[in-house]
Amino acid sequence: MVKFGFALNPSSRIDLDKTDREKFAQLVELEPDVLKCMACGSCTASCTAGKFTPTSVRSAILEIQNGRWQQALDMLKGCLLCGKCTMVCPRAINTRHLILAINEVYQSGK
Amino acid sequence: MIYQGKQKIWSDYQKEIPDDHYFYVRSCIRQNLFPASEKTFLDITRNKLGKDFFETEHHTTCGGIAYHCDTIPQETSMTIIARQFALMQKYGYENYVCSCITSFGLYTETLETWREFPELEARIKENLWKTCKLEFAKPKYLAHASDIIYKYRNLIAAQAKYKLINRHTGKPLRVVEHIGCHYGKMFPSKSVGGAEYPYVLAGMIEAWGGEVIDYPERRHCCGYGFRQYHIRSNRGYSLANTYKKFESMEPYKPDMIITNCPGCPYFLDRWQYVISEMEGKTYGENGHGIPVFTYEEVAGLVMGYNPWDLGLQMHQIGPEPVLDKIGIPYDPQAKYLL
Amino acid sequence: MKNIVVIGGGPAGLEASAQLHRLGYNVILVEKSPQLGGHLAKWDRLFPSGIPAKDVLEKMVSQINGVKYFLEANVQSINLLHKSYNVILNNGITVLADAVLFTTGFDLFPAQKKEEYGYGIYEKVITNADLENWFKTKKDNRVTENPKRIGFVHCVGSRDEKAGNRYCSKVCCATAVKQACEIKQEFPDVEVFCFYMDLRMFGRGYEDMYLSAQKDYGVRFIRGRVSEVAENINKELIVKAEDTLSGKPIKVTLDLLVLMSGMQNCSEGTKVAHQLGIANAGNDGFFETKDAIYSQQHSTREGIFFAGACTGPKTLPDSLSEARAAAIEIHNYVKGIR
Repeated sequence: MVKFGFALNPSSRIDLDKTDREKFAQLVELEPDVLKCMACGSCTASCTAGKFTPTSVRSAILEIQNGRWQQALDMLKGCLLCGKCTMVCPRAINTRHLILAINEVYQSGK
Repeated sequence: MIYQGKQKIWSDYQKEIPDDHYFYVRSCIRQNLFPASEKTFLDITRNKLGKDFFETEHHTTCGGIAYHCDTIPQETSMTIIARQFALMQKYGYENYVCSCITSFGLYTETLETWREFPELEARIKENLWKTCKLEFAKPKYLAHASDIIYKYRNLIAAQAKYKLINRHTGKPLRVVEHIGCHYGKMFPSKSVGGAEYPYVLAGMIEAWGGEVIDYPERRHCCGYGFRQYHIRSNRGYSLANTYKKFESMEPYKPDMIITNCPGCPYFLDRWQYVISEMEGKTYGENGHGIPVFTYEEVAGLVMGYNPWDLGLQMHQIGPEPVLDKIGIPYDPQAKYLL
Repeated sequence: MKNIVVIGGGPAGLEASAQLHRLGYNVILVEKSPQLGGHLAKWDRLFPSGIPAKDVLEKMVSQINGVKYFLEANVQSINLLHKSYNVILNNGITVLADAVLFTTGFDLFPAQKKEEYGYGIYEKVITNADLENWFKTKKDNRVTENPKRIGFVHCVGSRDEKAGNRYCSKVCCATAVKQACEIKQEFPDVEVFCFYMDLRMFGRGYEDMYLSAQKDYGVRFIRGRVSEVAENINKELIVKAEDTLSGKPIKVTLDLLVLMSGMQNCSEGTKVAHQLGIANAGNDGFFETKDAIYSQQHSTREGIFFAGACTGPKTLPDSLSEARAAAIEIHNYVKGIR
């Protein structure tokens, strides 16, 4: 192989054809509220862990919808389960339970 | 795909293309990359079709590459362009045609900018007078050379010796057309067929017997850019765009690619080799690439020019499979004898 | 008996005619098409609660007993004679009207103008009106059985300077969400994507409809405008957008893409308004009212009134309220009540 000194840049594009609908259905079964998020960001804004780690419930939900559940799991690692996000969510999503459900569904999938 | 829908759009974007009497300017890089394309253009228009295409050795680059690489300001490229217009006027022409897509884009951008900001045109007039003691008039009409071949496509078809048809199967060759970004994306109304579904090359392919392929990444840039390729650390992303196009066109099994830009045929051609080295992947038949041509080369082929006189030996991807399909004779021994 | 001419037999025209007739006026309703009801006659169900459009229309039509109406009729000329308007129709009827009400409504934005979406070019791209027609008739070859993925594009020809319409068409978000739920009722296994820029769920019950689309139907809302549509070799649609919430480009393969064509002022109505010099007042193409807050039903000319979407995008209840308001305003005007 010839060494060119550069290589194909990887694509950052999300392919929605490749999301795992079965796993997502399992998550919805465990915590149907995941469907209710309207991406307002209240959870992230008030997150105890979020200022010091990449924790964001809003982003984690989005990553899962985009088929990037590993990123979602990484994003929730810093969570303290303090419950502040549950308090501020305008759509009354049980975010604490959602975080646990995400871990349950997607951790076991490894 | 609903063909009538495309025809409707094409009819909305038909620009006036004068029939004759043009001042022709060459591209600075095409003469090295595709050395016979411009020569073939002049030979077809002048000698085969009997039209008046004038060129002078005094014209220069338009400065487009430097402009797009951010090494000269717009005012400088505008002054260079003004000098070209002065030459056109000096030799008595009003229709201006350029061989390069980036030049075409830059000329169009310049003329549109002057229309919006006449004070800038006045300043360029002053610049040209100070630097060259020349005065210029704007062209009445600006064309890209592919517009001209599009205009003459049926005249060329009438004189053609060959058609873009696979003589073994009797079916039209499957042709990918790739339009240089600066042809229509900046000013869709200045292009034949608009920017989303350009007709300039598709019209040639249809007139010469081939079948146009509409694949998902058809509108995507070849990836050349300017700084994007010229600086090595950016090359991976230039390459990735070409790769994306080939991945997208692969299922259609194209026989050939036609382009109307200086950079696109070069990169679509050479990057296929690089991709094969890096990824071990090829897109043509029998482990080869898909041959890439300029529209002048294809016009020359259908009119019966000797492939080696068209400079096809300069391509990375050998043109032989396409020549064999069409039934164009060539002497393999003479390929590299000039 | 005083004559009132109502131009346009859609919901606003029907409702205003019925009210004016009840107030004792001789109403002449002019409709350009062969049937009454305007766009409502082509719609299947209405947001937010899914009431059949047919039921609403039947109720309206049942109220206009005694109103003279002309179908396939156009206003050929209209001019002021002393204090009344001389209205001549193309069917030879002439009316001396004490007041004229424009209820000319809207035209749907012609979706083929957004060339990048390929309406009329790619077979599986349809509009909101096409889908309503399918819901009504179940006849459209483009909507096939067992689709895997269906997309909705909000703001087609709305909030789009290049499409000539900078404004929000108000009803398309609610229509998209309604249609997304309805398509899930038809095809429970389909994945539905709504591409929006902002969701404008302003009306009573609309936000509940949005929540239900998410919770009960699993509709995926993607905040980003579709930038390009293409067709792959299997004739499926390849759609590009950005998921602006994650800041990443998105690609998805769809079996059907529904374009939410917005509203623009009715071109036929604008022609009539031109004769009165009241057509070009608004820079968005809609008619300018005498006052933006207090006198919504008055034009800038005495005796000419407006109701419904000719003065800007409106929901059906909005248009009906305006129709009733216009009837009262006309009554006050004719009686000389200030």
